Amino acid sequence: MSSHSAGATTPAAKAMTNGSGAAAILAAGFASFVLAVLAIAADKSTTIKTLMNFYRPTGPLSGVTTSAILAWIILWIVLERSWRNRSLPMTRINRIALALFVLGLLLTCPPIADLF
Amino acid sequence: MEITTRGLWTLVHGMGFGALYLLACSGALVELWRRYAPTDLSPITEREEAFLRWYLLAMALLAWIAVLTGTYIIYPWYRAIPQAGTVNLGGYPQRLLLSNPATSGWHSIGMEWKEHVAWLVPISITMAFAVFNHHRRNLRNHPELRAAVLSFMLISFLAAGIAGFFGAMLNKHAPVEGGEKIQLMQGESR
Repeated sequence: MSSHSAGATTPAAKAMTNGSGAAAILAAGFASFVLAVLAIAADKSTTIKTLMNFYRPTGPLSGVTTSAILAWIILWIVLERSWRNRSLPMTRINRIALALFVLGLLLTCPPIADLF
Repeated sequence: MEITTRGLWTLVHGMGFGALYLLACSGALVELWRRYAPTDLSPITEREEAFLRWYLLAMALLAWIAVLTGTYIIYPWYRAIPQAGTVNLGGYPQRLLLSNPATSGWHSIGMEWKEHVAWLVPISITMAFAVFNHHRRNLRNHPELRAAVLSFMLISFLAAGIAGFFGAMLNKHAPVEGGEKIQLMQGESR
């Protein structure tokens, strides 16, 4: 019986590992942080700004976002393959992922980004 | 009553995809908080589970379409550079905002933040959909996964709110206009 088919909690459902979820959560936090760091780098460095100019009408934003999305997908695939059958300490992973996500949010804010 | 094609795209991007995402976000947060709490002992039906799966998928699609239309259709119009000597900056919103110290902050803070922070939204809602799609009703047995999904969605709601607020204010101070005019309705003449 599939773990999704029961209406109530089954032993199989309880035994379902959290590895896939942990991979998705950590990869999302990482992607947000990478996006913010790339945005700052493209703002501060003319070389990176030029490198990030994937699509001229949109400018460096195209490269910053595309690179962050690629980094996200790659990390997600790698973590998914490594963790899918494992049960991991979620408190620690949640803290790291949330910290990265909040940092991503804050570092995209220009007054904060301009501190670097 | 007329609207330009650029104005229509901006309307669809902001009021269509963006505002709809914000509305949907509050619903998903409530549903995940209420029905998937480990303390809720009433069984989750397949219908309820399927509803939230489709709901989160629709939200993820809305978020992706919003950022892609914003970045690749509207933003190029926003940041278009006028030819030297252009006096009327009406068709060049970024230049129009930067031409006046009273409005330049709407670009240097507003747009600079909006164009990046908005991208956190599809990332987090895609993650939320993926986690829910994998665990479905079993998410109740993984309170820490549920807590992470709820936290990411809450912060993405804030990110979408920031993007939406600045989008509205930017369009108020320097609307993205141009292209063909579309007549929506014939007004009364006096």
